[in-house]
Amino acid sequence: MWDLAKFSSNVALQDESGSCISYSALDLACSEFYSHIGRRCLVFLLCRNTIGSVIGYVSSLNNRVVPVLLNADLDVELLNNLISVYKPSYIWLPNDKSSEISGFDSVYSKWDYSLLKTSFDIEYPLFDDLCLMLTTSGSTGSPKFVRQSYKNVESNARSIVRYLELTSDERPITTLPMNYTYGLSIINSHLFVGARILVTDRGLMQKDFWSFFKSAEATSFGGVPYTYEMLSKLRFERMQLPSLRYMTQAGGKLTVDLHRKFAEYAAGNNKKFFVMYGQCEATARMGYLPAEKALEKCGSMGIAIPGGRFELVDVEGSLIDKPDTAGELVYYGDNVTLGYAEKGEDLIKCDERSGVLHTGDIAQFDKDGFYYIVGRMKRFLKIFGNRINLDETERLIKSEFPSADVACGGVDDKMFIFLTDEQYAEQVRQFVSLKTGLNSSAFKVVELEVIPKNDSGKTLYRELEKYYEV
Amino acid sequence: MTNLEKYNNAFVEGLEMNIDEVTEDLEYQGVPQWDSVGHMALIASLEDAFEIMMDTDDIIDFSSYKKGIEILKKYDITIE
Repeated sequence: MWDLAKFSSNVALQDESGSCISYSALDLACSEFYSHIGRRCLVFLLCRNTIGSVIGYVSSLNNRVVPVLLNADLDVELLNNLISVYKPSYIWLPNDKSSEISGFDSVYSKWDYSLLKTSFDIEYPLFDDLCLMLTTSGSTGSPKFVRQSYKNVESNARSIVRYLELTSDERPITTLPMNYTYGLSIINSHLFVGARILVTDRGLMQKDFWSFFKSAEATSFGGVPYTYEMLSKLRFERMQLPSLRYMTQAGGKLTVDLHRKFAEYAAGNNKKFFVMYGQCEATARMGYLPAEKALEKCGSMGIAIPGGRFELVDVEGSLIDKPDTAGELVYYGDNVTLGYAEKGEDLIKCDERSGVLHTGDIAQFDKDGFYYIVGRMKRFLKIFGNRINLDETERLIKSEFPSADVACGGVDDKMFIFLTDEQYAEQVRQFVSLKTGLNSSAFKVVELEVIPKNDSGKTLYRELEKYYEV
Repeated sequence: MTNLEKYNNAFVEGLEMNIDEVTEDLEYQGVPQWDSVGHMALIASLEDAFEIMMDTDDIIDFSSYKKGIEILKKYDITIE
């Protein structure tokens, strides 16, 4: 994937403790990591934004080992379930997590990470083009993964390099988990240009993050809509960040007000602001709004990335060619992923999409060809940038609280959980917060006598919408 | 309400905790509720309770229950 030796003495990774590793050292570290695996197989990577975590990832891709990227803080019960479903040959995880998984031997330990060798009696065969797998649903622990190919990862990263005009002078700082497609795309694209990636698990609300940002002279960061809300509340515009060159936004639709606010900040401070659009199913990125259009086309997610193409289709499947007409957004490009895996037997599956992705998003374009997302066809919410499937959340709640009937709905960053049994209200909220790893303030429980349903027993979600505005 | 009560109450509201869970040992990321999302809500509760506008540096420096008491002194708020 990456020709690391080419950028020999450039710093590849730097963390907030001051540790640095050059591209040639990264190359060596990758060889060392791979020497303990030695063949193409499935590896679970329990990710943090640390040097050790990135080494396991880069080594895997460069040596055709197939990593499944998971959050290191994933609920242990959910993790064990995934392990039993996919039977990975190895698990690369932070040392402090290794005690949570029992029964496997550690065969290698470095950079505060350990490599556990599992002992399953079968290994699922891997499709030849399969590069890596990422979750679709944030952190609900669903066994559904997106299968990304080598071509997917490389083409998307190179396209991002082109439209963001990345060079080896860049120093992006991590603000998103690397097991999250958007966070990963930042790592992927910058490794292609020999840039210095500043890795940290500290967040925007921590002084250490900003000290690291300033001392290491970060040039860019990415954020989901909630990140920009936080930055706005932090009165970001008053901070002195001379090293910052540009900011990107993806992972859901930013409000027009915040879009304008950050576009104005960028325009007034000689910086760039890129609003972008993507999905894990398209590796990461599908669209971007060129920075010079950030103000003029406020509210738009822009145009297709280099090498990609958008189309809109109406309900009959016919192409929409008139501006300001809503239809389903369809994307064509080399970064359209292979498909999904839901069990070990799916790892051998080949390309099921052939470069065409029906995004499930409803969009329209203006007379200049700039696209605007106006709705969504599927039942999921984006909560703090994480896609949370509403039906899956219902199932989780029902299996834990079998005596209550439940329906989930809501708007981005606020899920409404309708429950027929009031006594469990707080327990359900805490349960969902725990299982998703998302702050409980995102979940509101509303008690209903009965969940409205049609004759065949299907929940009538439309009738629940009136609660969302309160 | 005393300043201490107001202070504790802001944790109850902002972090959705029970009053008996609000202790001097509370730290950022020490409990699940006090993540970046909870932090914003906590700061908003404090700003409302004491009718202040905190500086950015103070918001990001507010890393524990005890540290918060130090920081609020800058805004002439004494918690004892």
